[in-house]
This record gives sequence, C-alpha cells and structure tokens, in this order.
Amino acid sequence: MNKSISVLIAFLSSSLILVYFFPMWSINLEAPQYPEGLGMKIWINKLSGDINTINGLNHYIGMKKIEADSIPELKYMPVFLGVIIVMGLIAAFLRKKWFFTAWVLMFALLGIIAGFDFYKWEYDYGHNLNPHAAIKVPGMSYQPPLFGSKQLLNFTANSYPDISGFIIFIVGGVSVLVVLYLFIFKREKSIQLH
Amino acid sequence: MKTKKHMFKAIGFILLFASLVTLNTACGHKKNNQQAGGVDKDAASKVYVAPGKYDEFYLFTSGGFSGQMGVYGLPSGRLLKVIPVFSQNPENGYGYSEESKPMLMTSHGFIPWDDSHHPEFSMSNGTPDGKWIFINGNNTPRVARINLKTFKTDEIIELPSSAGNHSSPFCTENTEYVVAGTRFSIPPTNADVSIKSYKQNFKGMISFIKVDPTDGKMDLSFQIEAPPFNWDLSHSGKGPSHDWSFFSCYNTEEAHTLLEVNASQNDKDFILAVNWKKAEEYLAQGKAKVMKNSYYRNRWIEKTHSATSEEIKEVKVLNPKDCPGMLYLIPCPKSPHGCDVDPTGEYIVGGGKLATVIPVYGFSKMVKAIESKKFDGDFEGIPIIKYEEVMAGEVQKPGLGPLHTEFDGKGYAYTSMFLSSEIVKWKIGTWEVVDRAPTYYSIGHLCIPGGDSKSPWGKYIVALNKITKDRYLPTGPELTQSAQLYSIEGDKMKLLLDFPTIGEPHYAQACPAELLTKDQTKFYKIEDNQNPFVTKAEKDTKAERKGTEVHIYMTSIRSHFKPDNIEGVKVGDIVYFHVTNLEQDWDVPHGFTIKGSTNGELLIMPGETMTLKWEPKKEGIFPFYCTDFCSALHQEMQGYVRVSAAKSTVPISFSLGDEAAK
Repeated sequence: MNKSISVLIAFLSSSLILVYFFPMWSINLEAPQYPEGLGMKIWINKLSGDINTINGLNHYIGMKKIEADSIPELKYMPVFLGVIIVMGLIAAFLRKKWFFTAWVLMFALLGIIAGFDFYKWEYDYGHNLNPHAAIKVPGMSYQPPLFGSKQLLNFTANSYPDISGFIIFIVGGVSVLVVLYLFIFKREKSIQLH
Repeated sequence: MKTKKHMFKAIGFILLFASLVTLNTACGHKKNNQQAGGVDKDAASKVYVAPGKYDEFYLFTSGGFSGQMGVYGLPSGRLLKVIPVFSQNPENGYGYSEESKPMLMTSHGFIPWDDSHHPEFSMSNGTPDGKWIFINGNNTPRVARINLKTFKTDEIIELPSSAGNHSSPFCTENTEYVVAGTRFSIPPTNADVSIKSYKQNFKGMISFIKVDPTDGKMDLSFQIEAPPFNWDLSHSGKGPSHDWSFFSCYNTEEAHTLLEVNASQNDKDFILAVNWKKAEEYLAQGKAKVMKNSYYRNRWIEKTHSATSEEIKEVKVLNPKDCPGMLYLIPCPKSPHGCDVDPTGEYIVGGGKLATVIPVYGFSKMVKAIESKKFDGDFEGIPIIKYEEVMAGEVQKPGLGPLHTEFDGKGYAYTSMFLSSEIVKWKIGTWEVVDRAPTYYSIGHLCIPGGDSKSPWGKYIVALNKITKDRYLPTGPELTQSAQLYSIEGDKMKLLLDFPTIGEPHYAQACPAELLTKDQTKFYKIEDNQNPFVTKAEKDTKAERKGTEVHIYMTSIRSHFKPDNIEGVKVGDIVYFHVTNLEQDWDVPHGFTIKGSTNGELLIMPGETMTLKWEPKKEGIFPFYCTDFCSALHQEMQGYVRVSAAKSTVPISFSLGDEAAK
C-alpha cells in the first residue's frame, strides 16, 4: 500500500466522525391534513422531529410508542461506529492490505446488520399492533418502507437516507473500490513487473 | 265646457303619468349606473385571493357594540377572527373560564360587555411595529392591549374619573403613551352633585397611559384635569410634533342637557394641544396631586394561562392652572370630530361635523404663535391660539359632514364625509379637492394601511360605513354592518369590494401581513405551562374533594379525556374541571362542556389549561364531551359524571378505560 492510499483510508475513516453530527435516516409522512409533512430523523444515538405528533396519530392504529429509550441500538451504535473509526485509522497507519480488507468487511457487515435491524424495528412497529386499536383494517400493516415511498392509509411514508446515511454509503462504496483496486489493479501491475 | 275640462284633466293626467315614468326610469337608470359605473370590470380579480393563498394585509376593525375586535384579510375582506376583548365570548370561553374572568373585572364589578371603537397599533418611530394593538372600551372606560403573536387580549386597564372613553387609545410616536380623553365630563371621583352644577363640578379628564416597551404592560402615569368639554377624538404628533398630543372636542358650551342643540351653538370649538413632555416635567417637579380613586388593571399571564386582577387606588392628576405651557386651545369650526396628524407630523387636520371647510393646522405655525403669544384670550387660564395664526389652509367645499382623515404617504389626504356619504381626496399643501368617491352609506371612519402613521402603505382605503340598507340580502330589520374597499393606487379612487363586518366597525387599522405572520404562536409548550391546576401527563390526572369543592384534574388528547368516568359528586358541590390539552401540534384545540353547564364551554389550545366551574343542581348522570371536532374519533371523546344526593356517601372516584377506579 502506498502513502496516498493510506491517506485516503485515514480520510475515509475519519470522515465517519461526521455521522455523530447529522441524522442518518429520514422518514417523512404526508397527508391531506399535513401538507407540510411530519418528519422523523434517526440519528446514530437519538431520534428527532415530530415524534410526539406521530405517536399521537399512531395510537389510533395501535402502534407502539416510538421512544428512544426503548431502542437499545441507539446506545450501542455510537460505540460500534467509534470502533470502526479507530480501526480504520489503524488500517491507514499499518498499511496492511489484509487489515484494511478486514476493516472493510467489518464495516460492510455492520452496515448490513444495521439495515436488517432497522427493517426488524419497522416490521415490529408496523405489525405488532394493539388488538384493541380504534382503527383496524383487516390485513393492513403499517410498516414504513426501508427505502422509498409507500401509502399507509391517508399517509404517504417516505423513507430515505439523510446526510450521515449518504456519508456512510459513500465511505463504504469508496472503501470497497479501494479494496478492488488493491486486489485487481495492483496484482496486474505486479505481474507486469515480473 | 265640460268636455274641455275633461280634456285638461286627461292631459294633466297623461303629463303626470309621463313625468312619473321619466322620473322612475331616471332613478332606475341612476341606480344601474352607480352599480355598474361604480365598479370596474376587473375589480373581482383585484380582490380575489385564491384558495390557500394569504391576503396581503391584515385589517383590524372595532367590534363596536359587540365589544370585540374583528380581524379581516385584505383585499378579500374575509373574516379571519373575532378577538374577544371587552365582552364574554361563549365561543371560546373568554370571560367564562375561571382563568379569564379576572380580565373583565372593574371598579363596578364583573362586566360582561362594552362598546369598543378605536383599534390602534403600537408604534415604533411612528410606524406600526406589529407588537400590540390597543382598543378602547367606551362605556365603562377602559383600554385593552392585544398581543399580536397570540391574538389574545393581554391587558385591560380601567380609567378613573372618566366616562365614555372615546378619544382613545391613540399612541405617541414610540408608544411612550397611549392617550385617553373622556367623552362625558363628570365630577372627578364621581361625587354626588346636582347635574345643574356642571360648570363648577364637572371635569373632562385626559389620561396618559405609559406602556412598557419590552412587555407592553400599561400603567396610568398621570391624568390632566381638562375643562368639562366632550373630548371626542385624538391623535398624537410625530417627527417635529413628537412631544404633543391633540384632542378634538365639542360642547365647549358646557351644556348638560339637549346637547343636540345646546352643544351646537358656538361657531368654533377647539382642538386641544397637549405638550406631554412638559407634563412629564411638571410630574417630575411634583406638581401633580395624588387623587384617591379606584380602578382595575387586569393582566393575562401567558405562562400560567390565567389572568390576575388588581385594584389601584391612587392616580396622579395635573391641574392646568399649575402647569403653564402644557395646554393650548386651537379654535376649530363647528363641533369637530376627527383630529388627524399627517405622516410628516406638520399638519393637524380637524373634521367639523357641521363645518363647511376642513381646517388644516400647521404645527410649526402653532409653535411660532405660542412663542409670539398670538392668543385670543384664554379658557380658565388655557391660552386660545388665534385661528388665523395657526391655520395652514382650509379645504374649501369638501362636501358635507367631514369626519376623519387618513393619509396615503404620497402627499394626499382622504377625508370621510358622513352627510354627503363620500370619500374626498385632497392634496396637502394646495388644499384642493382632486377626487371623490361615493360610499354606501354614510361613512364614519376610514382606514389606509398605516394611514395614521409616518409611513402609510397607500394601496387601499377602507370605508367603515354606518348604514348598510340595500347593499346585501336583507336579514330582517337588523342588517349586517359593512365596510368597503377602494383602490387608491391610481389618480382616481376605485371601489373594489363591499364586505360585511361584525358590529360596529368604527375605526380600523391595517398593516402588511408579513409584519405579523413572521412571529405567530402556533401552540403553547406543555413544559412551560405554569397554571396552578395543570396536569402535564395522563398519570397525574385526579379528582379531589375539598369540603364542598371538587377539583378534577383532567387531560385531553385525541380522542379521550382522562378521567372520563367520575363518581362521588354531590348536589350542592362546586366542581372545577381543570382541563389541560396535552396536544403539541398546530391547530388541535379540544373543547369541553358538560350537560346543564350554566357557564358556557372551554376551548383549550394545545398546551393550555382552562377551568370550567360547574354547580350541579340535581342528581343524575351528566355527560361531558369535546366540542371541537378534533379527530376521526371526536364523537367518541366523551365521558360521564355521576351526581348523587347531597347526603349521599358515594366516595369520589375516577377512571379511564379498564383501569381500576381511584
């Protein structure tokens, strides 16, 4: 690994620090009565936006209250991310291909687990409803989409990454490209040298 | 002979018939002309505000004998809100809820009504600043201050030694003071004297209310014991005339009966010029005497969502005899009404109801006349300035019954003519009439957005009419009140729109919408609610007995009250429902009332606590419910109170849903 790759890895991993300062995911609800929309932002360690209003509306369909305290991931995730950042900086320092590759795999694995976990929460909120709810539509569940838009009764739910989400995708994507570069391009180069 | 007579008769009859037909068609023609000719074809598009779009201006009109204030959008003329001020308002519980009752306390006790005439924006540098709007209570003399973030009445102050608070509430250039002159002169402290002793015992008190620039709190700073005239209208100076306030008056004859005749005898009455800076000096020198009196000041406190009421027992009074140079009288033809100051602060326009000219006074001429003592005697020691010395010009043949004048900021003045029912536009400086537009009918005040300030937004003029007659679909003998909107952008005034108003639109104020929309309160934060009876979470709801009082701490959130089943109330109890709306979103009020409530309802804004007092008179089951259609399950938002006999032993209990009653 040459110096410029090392600097790039240090830059990529340290840019993940920004994830602590911006929301990762944004769920926006639109309805005739809410032309301005109701928003919920998911951060690495908290939730923000019109949570109370959304909870107030959700009680009609018997959805559980969305509360930061009941989601332990919001406590673990900041620590995991911290570990990723530190390991990334170590990879940049060590300049070992195998260490960096392991880091990328770990980062990707964490991303996949987080995405699956997010889906599980959405499924839980959308399906695990109070049987005594005021509004019960047979066969209807209220799981918001993981990515994209979906009509849920009078609400259109839009779920898209926010600033930190994009940062994670970009860092992840570039990291994978770097690994590919190291394994394919570099190898060809070394063959040529022989 | 006989046939000849018959022939004459027949010809006469035909002529009479013909003339009647001609007259009839002429009249009909005239009416058609007025309707078609008075309004341009494009008028509709000029007042059309598309659904979902906002009006360009806010218009605040007095509610007259409703005691309230109307809020409209311009140019559409759509009614947006009636702000309860001096009258109880069953629609939202103002004056009915325990929290708001103190707002209507006076030295005469609780008063459910008044007659409101003149809205006036708070001013900074002579321009509406969008903080507050003041309005007078005419009957039981009071001044109210309305908060323009919440559109709620924040304060009402009573005025002692006054009766018919008409020349009020007009602000000085930076809202240092709101002024208030009494229309009826009465004996100070309202002593029991013979009405015939008017000249000796009656006084025309003029009040100066200080306004705190940060929070708007009002304080009756001082009063001036002016002569016993009828102080009619007022406006304060600006720019060069910053230190002065001007009051028109009638009844300089000092009549106390049949004023219609007896107060219309003098050829000239007066405009009183008050140097309030001078008054402040005399006040600082201790020239004021402290008069014992009783008046109330009621304040709404937003953080507790409730009002407090206090009685004040003293007021400082300045006697003009002790204060030379504070007051001057300016002769004004025939029972003046309006008293308006132009945007530069140089010209003061008087409107004499019975006068044939509109007199305009020059402030700089007044100062010069005072310096060179160009006086024409005095009234009880108050110098009367010579008319010719202070007169800057007279608008000749303006029409009949000039009342009030507003300004467009482009060098023109607009005067309302009550008798000839028209608005007359004239040029400041040349005093020539340049345009006139009929009003339907009998205009009183008129209003240009910012038209009494230093910087008018001279796009529209609103005529506030006294008579409506045939302008709308009839509604029995009692017709709607009405206003009319005219464009004043071009050389000619153009009638755009008639719109009905709440009664009665005396004066009005208007300002660009952005001045107020940028800082509106959308709801109250529940964590900031310091009402002593607040319930901030459902788990804290309860019902408590204290002797014969029962306090129910209730919450409302879509779509239930907690608790909604209450037992243990007895006949003879006094029940207080302290209802907190737990919602924290825009436009989600909840209402509350109970069957047989003799006390109106509550309309509770998100984050607010309101209390309804209820005295059940008989046993039984009493349903309560939410009165504001709040949600899909609004109809389900209901509950029951069980009322038992006075001697019953049913304990207080309360519950919601399946939980055990507590």
